[in-house]
Amino acid sequence: MKVSLHVNGKTEEVDVADSSTPLLYVLRDNLKLRGPRFGCGLGQCGACMVHIDGRATFSCVLPVTAVGDRKVTTLEGLMEGGKPNKLQQAFIDEEAAQCGYCISGMVMQAQALLNKTPNPTDEEIRRHMEPNLCRCGTHVAIMRAIKRAAVA
Amino acid sequence: MSLRRILLAVVAVGILVVLGGFALMWRPAIAPVATSAKSQTDRKAIDHGAELASIGNCADCHTSPNGAAYAGGRPIPTPFGTIYASNLTPDGETGIGSWSEEAFKRAMRDGVDREGRQLYPAFPYDHFTHTTDADIHAIYAFLMSKPAVRNAVPANELAFPFSFRPIVAGWKLLFLNRNALEPDSSKSAEWNRGRYLVEGLGHCGSCHTPRNALGGEKKGSAYAGGVAEGWNAPPLNASLVTAHKWTVDQLAEYLSTGWHRLHGAAAGPMADVAKNLGRASQADVHAIATYIASLSPGAEGAKAAVPAGGKVMKDQSAEVVAIYNGACAKCHNDRLDVGPSQAISLAYSTAVQQPESANTVRVVMHGIEAYRTDGGPYMPAFEGILTDKQIASVVQYVRARYTDRPQWTDVNSQIAKARQEGAQP
Repeated sequence: MKVSLHVNGKTEEVDVADSSTPLLYVLRDNLKLRGPRFGCGLGQCGACMVHIDGRATFSCVLPVTAVGDRKVTTLEGLMEGGKPNKLQQAFIDEEAAQCGYCISGMVMQAQALLNKTPNPTDEEIRRHMEPNLCRCGTHVAIMRAIKRAAVA
Repeated sequence: MSLRRILLAVVAVGILVVLGGFALMWRPAIAPVATSAKSQTDRKAIDHGAELASIGNCADCHTSPNGAAYAGGRPIPTPFGTIYASNLTPDGETGIGSWSEEAFKRAMRDGVDREGRQLYPAFPYDHFTHTTDADIHAIYAFLMSKPAVRNAVPANELAFPFSFRPIVAGWKLLFLNRNALEPDSSKSAEWNRGRYLVEGLGHCGSCHTPRNALGGEKKGSAYAGGVAEGWNAPPLNASLVTAHKWTVDQLAEYLSTGWHRLHGAAAGPMADVAKNLGRASQADVHAIATYIASLSPGAEGAKAAVPAGGKVMKDQSAEVVAIYNGACAKCHNDRLDVGPSQAISLAYSTAVQQPESANTVRVVMHGIEAYRTDGGPYMPAFEGILTDKQIASVVQYVRARYTDRPQWTDVNSQIAKARQEGAQP
């Protein structure tokens, strides 16, 4: 079946075999957007996070047919003029990744916070980032990156 | 007599009754004492007190989000306004460090603070009044062994006349029954222990018994189900509808882990209760389960009316089936394989069986986060993943597919309410 999606400012038409296919699979496999990752597939870890109408959302438990006309933004969609945006650059500058698997989701979650609260407290950052898991223990660097982007 | 005189007489008698009542209920201040954590050396009493405080779920109300344990300040919403839980640490000025054991016992039994002021019954002394001297001694020893935390709690936000503390004395005349629970010799020691804990420290009825307009528990409808922070506290008596009838062992497992594969997860305010009961004496938790199971007598082990895989559904919209398969069935997979999120078959879920949709709606919208750091059931919050309309349709689909009960009529209003009130901290 054909499904129409608004992704990163463009309207995309995709063909899916199963109407319950997760948005994540369509983003990665059909649209070749490899920012969002498959982690647990259960809405537990946050590696698959994208923005749905500006809100950080697990894309692994969102059936593609349920997206409707809501706007999807992936890690790629945060780029500005072909370059990393302020938050993405802050993650690079702080080397806020070890294996890096969770980082796309971390950036999406953090961007959603900064869009609402440009200068969050440590407590606000910690609470907001809670849904996203990092197995390497990069949390301290992630905190630094978010704060760097907040004040920059 | 003129009407005016009659009115004056009525008013005068009224004032006398009120004054008489105050005199009757008046309690003096108890002299302050200097207590410090160092003065508590009875390790056995402290440890026992810690277990009892877990059964009382004291830390849940008396700890504010991200605040120090027992340092108070958590806002407790009531129909009469907001009450801020007090600081139970032994700080001399902002806590209960100047309270003697006698003063603490009076608060637990009579709902009066050290200075002699009436305490609001958000502090469930109508249950705690049944606690024995020995248990109060242990809880006191435990609280006084905690580090003193300086935390001045905000003033309550209550409208007049509820802001006038002495009226609580009248409430107590109606709803505080100080008579001790006499053991029932026809029942086992374990049942009696369970009743003592459930009716007393555990204060289960505070949520699971409906309340009247004055905020008192309706004793005639004990354990017929109530409300707690927007969630339904399901009945604990025979009126509870479930897929499987609870057994004592199932209840004990649920109460101490927050989950049972034939019933579901303790979510909302019950999650903290279960997390605290996990730290209590497991013999006591079993006793609690024994008493609670006895409130709904009947045959155990009946099979669920609907099989784990649900009913075969016809004439469902392709849209809701896609949502169910893509969002819910990733974890609720009908194979009795609960997986890492401990997601049970929805045919077994107690929440899905209830006459109101509140608990199902809240679990879907806000997820289950409470066990994240301890291990236990987990569910992502679907508010934001799905639209309100999609949530309403999938919730009704689950009700139709996994129960034999009628469609809910309150789903849209429960979604609006859950959205307005937000997830509990």
